[in-house]
Amino acid sequence: MIPTPDLSHLKSADFEHVYEPAEDTFILLDALEEDANDLRDLQPRTCLEIGSGSGCVTAFLGSILGSASSLYLTTDINPYACKCTKTTGAQNKVPIEPLLASLASPFRRRLRRSVDILLFNPPYVPTESDEADSAQQHADIAGAWAGGRDGMVLTDILLEQVESLLSPTGRFYLVAVKQNDIKGICQRMLERHGLQGEVALQRRAGREHLFVLRFRRQQPAT
Amino acid sequence: MLLEACSLCYSVLYSSILAVLAGMVRLITHNLLACHAKGCTSNNFPLQFQDAAIELRDAEFNADFLRGFLPRIEWPALVGAARQLGDASLPAEQPEMLDDEFLQKLHHVLLEIHVEEGAMVCPNCKHVYPISNGIPNMLLAEHEIG
Repeated sequence: MIPTPDLSHLKSADFEHVYEPAEDTFILLDALEEDANDLRDLQPRTCLEIGSGSGCVTAFLGSILGSASSLYLTTDINPYACKCTKTTGAQNKVPIEPLLASLASPFRRRLRRSVDILLFNPPYVPTESDEADSAQQHADIAGAWAGGRDGMVLTDILLEQVESLLSPTGRFYLVAVKQNDIKGICQRMLERHGLQGEVALQRRAGREHLFVLRFRRQQPAT
Repeated sequence: MLLEACSLCYSVLYSSILAVLAGMVRLITHNLLACHAKGCTSNNFPLQFQDAAIELRDAEFNADFLRGFLPRIEWPALVGAARQLGDASLPAEQPEMLDDEFLQKLHHVLLEIHVEEGAMVCPNCKHVYPISNGIPNMLLAEHEIG
């Protein structure tokens, strides 16, 4: 049992600006914990989390893999989130390097096919499109959940980049809800990018039916 | 559409709320960053440090990690960045033998030199990416997004 990261350094004032870990966070932690042995066996050297928020997920990944075994990079467009991610790393003795950036933008040239573990718990809640645009523009807490049409505005952009980022043995974990069209996402990733997706974990939490999807490159036919 | 222009005012606002924290732009990360401004597609790496304030902090040594990560490093960029920050311990050519002495030097340069303040500037389009409290601001204004 891997302990949930210590977030006692974050106060309620922090969570006015940064998404506080909730069921969608915990299902991702649980999926990573279930895969812990596999993930260690992959010997990941580069881990990247998009939209790290409080930093809870990457801190947890760091405690699975070991703080000096991998490079832990995170991005978030919310500067307050970057600061929380950094302090959460320090609090949990995982050296996390947060960058104020959108998705994987500044890494796309140099991390081509080099990310061993890619994590994204996106803003997945279906909302009006302009609500999602405005939330991203203000880079504050609503940007953590407002997902626009089908809740897929941000996810759609990243899905087009995943194949170019993943290393040959890399894995991509995505949090989604039923309304995002789980089957459609997996089908699209396979047909357009040759990435095999499967449901790593699913559960109902209140009104949400949450999923963690796991993607990897198709194994060559034997 | 992603709008990122407001980021700067936010960081100024928030930095006054949060205490100053330990920074983390290390050369391992710098080696992975390229300018991503619209139309800037060549000679956009490595970014050049400007007015860099550095701190040295011990990090846990892991030889397996260093050996595994080395193929992802652009060697001349690493050597150049280290020299820019006043560390000339790495050889200009990447050695073939990864002995312990070399790995210790590599460990120090990649993981123990922290740039706290300053900026990274694109050698091509001269875009300035500021570093504040150890966090690099890689956001672009809307008209700069490619």
